[in-house]
Amino acid sequence: MTFEKFIFYVLAAVLIISATMVITRKNPVHAALSLILAFVASSGIWLLAEAEFLAIVLVLVYVGAVMVLFLFVLMMLDIDVATLRAGFIKMLPLGILMAIAMAAELILVVGPENFGLDKFAAPARHAADYSNTEELGGVLYTVYMYPFEIAAVILLVAIIAAIGLTMRRRPDSKYLDPANQVVVKRKDRVRMVSMDAEKG
Amino acid sequence: MQFDSNQLIPVLPEIYILSLACLVLVIDLFIKQENRIVTYGITQIGLLLAVAITVAVGQPQTQIIFDGSYIRDPMSDVLKVGIFVVSFLAFLYAKDYLRDRDLFKGEFYTLGLFAVLGMIIMVSANSFLTIYLGLELLALSMYALVAFNRDSQDGAEAAMKYFVLGALASGILLYGISMVYGMTGTIRFDELGGAIQKVGLDNVVLVFGLVFIVIGLSFKLGAVPFHMWVPDVYHGAPTAVTLFLGSAPKIAAFALAMRMLVDGMEPLVGQGGWQGWQGMLIVLAVLSMAIGNLIAIAQTNIKRMLAYSTISHVGFILLGILAGTKEGYTAAMFYTLVYALMSAGGFGIVIALSRRGFEAENLDDYKGLNQRNPWFAGMMLLLMFSMAGVPPTVGFFAKLFVLDAVVSVDLTWVALVGVFFSIIGAFYYIRIIKLMYFDKPSDESPLSMGVDTQVVLSLNGLSMLYLGLFPAGLLSICHTAIGG
Amino acid sequence: MEFFIGLWEALPDGLQTVIWILLKIIAIILPLMICVAYYTYAERKVIGYMQVRVGPNRVGPKGWLQPIADAVKLMFKEIIIPSNANKALFLIAPAITLGPALAAWAVFPFDEELVLADINAGLLYILALTSVGVYGVIIAGWASNSKYAFLGAMRSAAQIVAYEIAMGFALVGVLVAAGSLNLGDIVRAQSGNGGLFSWFWLPLLPLFGVYVISGVAETNRAPFDVAEGESEIVAGFHIDYSGMAFAAFFLAEYANMILIAALSAIMFMGGWLSPFQGWPILGPLFDWVPGFVWLVLKTGLFAFLFLWLRATFPRYRYDQIMRLGWKVFIPITIVWIAVVGLAVVYQLPWWFD
Repeated sequence: MTFEKFIFYVLAAVLIISATMVITRKNPVHAALSLILAFVASSGIWLLAEAEFLAIVLVLVYVGAVMVLFLFVLMMLDIDVATLRAGFIKMLPLGILMAIAMAAELILVVGPENFGLDKFAAPARHAADYSNTEELGGVLYTVYMYPFEIAAVILLVAIIAAIGLTMRRRPDSKYLDPANQVVVKRKDRVRMVSMDAEKG
Repeated sequence: MQFDSNQLIPVLPEIYILSLACLVLVIDLFIKQENRIVTYGITQIGLLLAVAITVAVGQPQTQIIFDGSYIRDPMSDVLKVGIFVVSFLAFLYAKDYLRDRDLFKGEFYTLGLFAVLGMIIMVSANSFLTIYLGLELLALSMYALVAFNRDSQDGAEAAMKYFVLGALASGILLYGISMVYGMTGTIRFDELGGAIQKVGLDNVVLVFGLVFIVIGLSFKLGAVPFHMWVPDVYHGAPTAVTLFLGSAPKIAAFALAMRMLVDGMEPLVGQGGWQGWQGMLIVLAVLSMAIGNLIAIAQTNIKRMLAYSTISHVGFILLGILAGTKEGYTAAMFYTLVYALMSAGGFGIVIALSRRGFEAENLDDYKGLNQRNPWFAGMMLLLMFSMAGVPPTVGFFAKLFVLDAVVSVDLTWVALVGVFFSIIGAFYYIRIIKLMYFDKPSDESPLSMGVDTQVVLSLNGLSMLYLGLFPAGLLSICHTAIGG
Repeated sequence: MEFFIGLWEALPDGLQTVIWILLKIIAIILPLMICVAYYTYAERKVIGYMQVRVGPNRVGPKGWLQPIADAVKLMFKEIIIPSNANKALFLIAPAITLGPALAAWAVFPFDEELVLADINAGLLYILALTSVGVYGVIIAGWASNSKYAFLGAMRSAAQIVAYEIAMGFALVGVLVAAGSLNLGDIVRAQSGNGGLFSWFWLPLLPLFGVYVISGVAETNRAPFDVAEGESEIVAGFHIDYSGMAFAAFFLAEYANMILIAALSAIMFMGGWLSPFQGWPILGPLFDWVPGFVWLVLKTGLFAFLFLWLRATFPRYRYDQIMRLGWKVFIPITIVWIAVVGLAVVYQLPWWFD
């Protein structure tokens, strides 16, 4: 076993274990952290496949930004896992059946007889100065320019949709604008009343 | 490859709609609520201009540009014009409804235009990547539109269901695409056919990929047994959104099926048999016609009823595609365009009957419509007859062409099933007509709608009759578009 | 000596490589740790003088042994684990914070040839690692099972995500200008006959400003230190940490500051290049100075800037931090990326021709 293979199997094991933990841990924060570990492990596997741009971007985007926000929300929510799992045992046989069917199908289809090295030769190794970021950028902005632009529009729609659906003034909101608090003047709060002095 | 700005000419409709959507987005920010009609006006004028642009760049030859990502052919031109026109109708009918319910916001038009953009991208996609992205653009805009009325529990639930099932369908579709790509090594539809022949038609990976693609497709089309989301989403969404959702996207869904199955995987069609995707489509079509029509009978809510009716119509569209011949595709295209018009008109009437604080959602609300407003009762009559397929309305010819195409490939039994279930389906359409003409109205108030809605709705209804009397024009357009 | 060479050659090849790499890592980490120790000392001294007082001056001559004394003290302190804390995560958090802060140095070019791993996506690697660092803070805040710590973690998460985008965009400008993601190539792209005017700080001035300020925010330093916010949430995410666990956060913060300072020097201030390169008289006069010295000087400049900021600025209000990040910095960077893109396409003279 070469060193590379050894690393692959280690990363694959970490990936599978952490992915399993994502669905088995009771605490949602633990599950999210396991998911992060799974991302990191798969990023390592991509590195082995010489896809360093994808590997780093996976860490940068998913681990560094998406999951941070995920955790942000998960930590603030008090999720009652017990109710979420209420139907778990009842549905388990069906779930297992589906899982077995999917696994069998995967093994049948994505096995070595269809995608083995004899069908698809291993790609040649690139020289050390080969930059796959540059290559990706090259095709992304030429051959795949049109899909790339559409993807950009999808992101724009996601922003519009998210803002459109969440931004509204709620009448019951007790929001205070600190800036308004700061600029308040004395005359806004205090009314000077001139009264005659009390007599007697 | 050097970039050639002439390449951009065929893409002008897409570029234009994107610019229009961005323009509406920005202009709307500076418009006060009282002047929101400006946003609406820009959108509508913009859509009409889009028709002109599409016609202007249209030509008989097929153009494939952007390294095979984009295709402009007569079919895409016709479908794009169809999408623009139907969206125009949908926005027009929706205006009063939205205004009455304080939903008259710029986001409706922005998201609507982005949905239109997604549809036309799908219509002229020439690769799995483009078509998938167009589909996601459409779906994302639609999820947001379904949840557009944020104070409505039903709307939120519908949006959630739509989103979860839509995401699942996208996942399934992508999984299938990845398998097909893994075997053939191409995502371009114009190269896929050759690649499939090279791999061999009985390749197990290819077949698995095809199964997943068809499943994903039928989720998006709403064909039985992947139809569960349709009634809930139609019911839960604001009627204005249901109207939009139920009309123009059907044209895009037809294009989705045509591009993927016919342009891309033509070699996988069997000759009058069960091979390739044909067999799967037979099952889907028969089940859709059966379940859609049967369950529609039991509905008391007209939005749910129309949802099930959509499912059955999707069955008919699939029937045309599964014939696997030019005649079949032409018939399916004819059916799709006609259905989009019928659906827009049908929901247009539903919206016209609704007022501030009142949703005309139940069948009982249609009682005695003839006494309240005979003209629009007549329009509804035409639309319902057309949906049921009663001559001389266009719905009859749409069904006839499809059945003719199916019979001509020796699938007579499927055609018979289709006839049988459309007779069953006729029951619930005609029930509405009976309610309108022979029952006492429970609500005597006259219909209130703007002049523009009245005129366009009348044109919409009369077009059912006109196209029914002179179907040759549209049919020959479809025929040229398919290239038969 | 003969004996050691013999011993070395007796080792298998793989082991030799591993030992070599480890030695190189130690050669980076050890000086770095010393820098961090004396950076804390410098901070107290600099702020001291700015506030017209002396700062630490008791331990050793002029207080030079103060950092050592601090380290010894922290090492012998007990690490207290709060009773309802999530123990595993509580203990792992400091390591997660410190790890990326140190690992990022792997691709850092100290001189023309002096770099541990000369990978061609170095910039992305550094961005990725700095973004992972936030997990230490979030996990620490959550695992402590304390309201204050949790608030600190939430603030930190929101702040770091906000500023990371601005920072990333600023670096996009740099990579567009340099045409490479390799840190060495970025420095080489800045060499020119204009000396310090050939560096990127001038054409990318807005990005430079955004980068430095975001850097301060990313490291949770004053005036953006709301994650700690002594006066509001006591000490934020590390309120429940003591002893070496606390020291790890401390080390990570200062290591990150030095990293950001050094990166600013690399990206915008020409790295190891001489500021007088190509100048008529001064240029040859300073030719003998090794590039490493210039890099250290430039890094020192930024490191001093961070201390200066802390001594002179009041803490930002939280909503203003968010506004600055999202509504000011991100638009600035996006606009300037477009400007840089045009300049590169049209080969604007002096920098991009």
